[in-house]
Amino acid sequence: MGANNFDRRTLLLASCAVTAFLATPISASTSRDAEKFIMRLTKDINKSIEAHVSDASLFAQFEKIFRNYADVSTISRYVLGADARNATTKQLAEFGDVFVAYVARKYGSYFKDFIGGEIKVLGSRAVKKYFEVKTSAKLRGQEPMEVLFHVSDRSGSLLLFNLYVEGVSMLLSERNEIGSMLDKRRGDLDKLIADMRVLTAS
Amino acid sequence: MRGLKIVLMSFCLTGLVACDQPSAIGEINDPHEEQNRKMHELNKAVDQAVLKPVAQTYSDMLPDPVEDAVSNFANNLGMPSNVLNHLAQSEVDYAIESTGIFLINSTVGLGGLVDVAGWNGQYAHATDFGETLAKWGLGEGAYVELPLLGPSTERAALGKLLDRVTNPLSQLSVAQQGIATAAKIGEILSDRVEYDDVIDQTLYKSADSYSQTRILYLQRRRNQLDYQFDGEDSVFEELYGSK
Repeated sequence: MGANNFDRRTLLLASCAVTAFLATPISASTSRDAEKFIMRLTKDINKSIEAHVSDASLFAQFEKIFRNYADVSTISRYVLGADARNATTKQLAEFGDVFVAYVARKYGSYFKDFIGGEIKVLGSRAVKKYFEVKTSAKLRGQEPMEVLFHVSDRSGSLLLFNLYVEGVSMLLSERNEIGSMLDKRRGDLDKLIADMRVLTAS
Repeated sequence: MRGLKIVLMSFCLTGLVACDQPSAIGEINDPHEEQNRKMHELNKAVDQAVLKPVAQTYSDMLPDPVEDAVSNFANNLGMPSNVLNHLAQSEVDYAIESTGIFLINSTVGLGGLVDVAGWNGQYAHATDFGETLAKWGLGEGAYVELPLLGPSTERAALGKLLDRVTNPLSQLSVAQQGIATAAKIGEILSDRVEYDDVIDQTLYKSADSYSQTRILYLQRRRNQLDYQFDGEDSVFEELYGSK
């Protein structure tokens, strides 16, 4: 977060703080924090891949990881697109809940093929308003895949809001897919939530 | 080849060919959607009836090391074409690297059966004539779904054709080319099994497999061609506001 994003009150507080502790940084998070955050995330992912006993248990683990590390409400509002505006708070919360289960299964089935849970953090950078953490995932006999994690502290704490697997954005692809699912149900969000619940129960 | 480049560049300048580049990672230019959707259904039917089951049988029958050797061999035979494209793009470093990998794998790697360079973490930077055309300034063109070959763009499809025409392997004898083709088919079958989860998810489990294939392909392809978009900011603003 750059200094230009502070509102006036924060600025006032900040200048007080600066007077008090000249050398103490007041800015919220740094790209180094984001990197550490993703290191914890990848460690959790690697651990669950190593301990992979059944797909069901792996998906349950991924679901937990996603709930812990991702900004679920923001992500689920994004993938709903324009339909999010007409949704009730209850619908949004319910959708967020099934979306996590759905996305954990989907990405879990892609990630389980990474050898020995070999996801390595390569580095990070600050991009205008958020942080990008670059990682690579190893697959058998192939060039490692690039996985980028986008992290922001806008929600109050550092949280994941998007990931890219070889250039493919989760947000964009899932907005497309959820949009198609809604179209199929003539925009009936309750029906979508109910169907996704059945889909992710097995 | 240089002649082709000059012709293309002058066409771009005079507006004779479309040289527009996509402005957002998710931009979709699909005027042939109706035909594309028909082709997509056909491709899906072929995958389900032929490619997927044959690939599964192939992979079950062959021990993994043999499968890998076939794929490595096919991959290695693609290197001369890879080098040629890097040179056409003036990417001399990549061309040198790919040449090195080709030489090592062709000799120490027993004619390309063993990916010795890969053990060292050395991989050729993937490229094709579609990328060469992009670097020369040709626009991406419309999205197309090709018969049997699947998702593509007009530019990538033209690139495939030019790769075929310019491939140094076309100098080989008919018998040698037969072996090369067989290895390539083996590689395709192995890949179908390797990426089974992603492919099945996209083709058979998504609500609209056509539009999902399209969005995945376009993002992947644009990433491969190193397109940079500042559209990320608009995604961020939609998520967290513009402050």
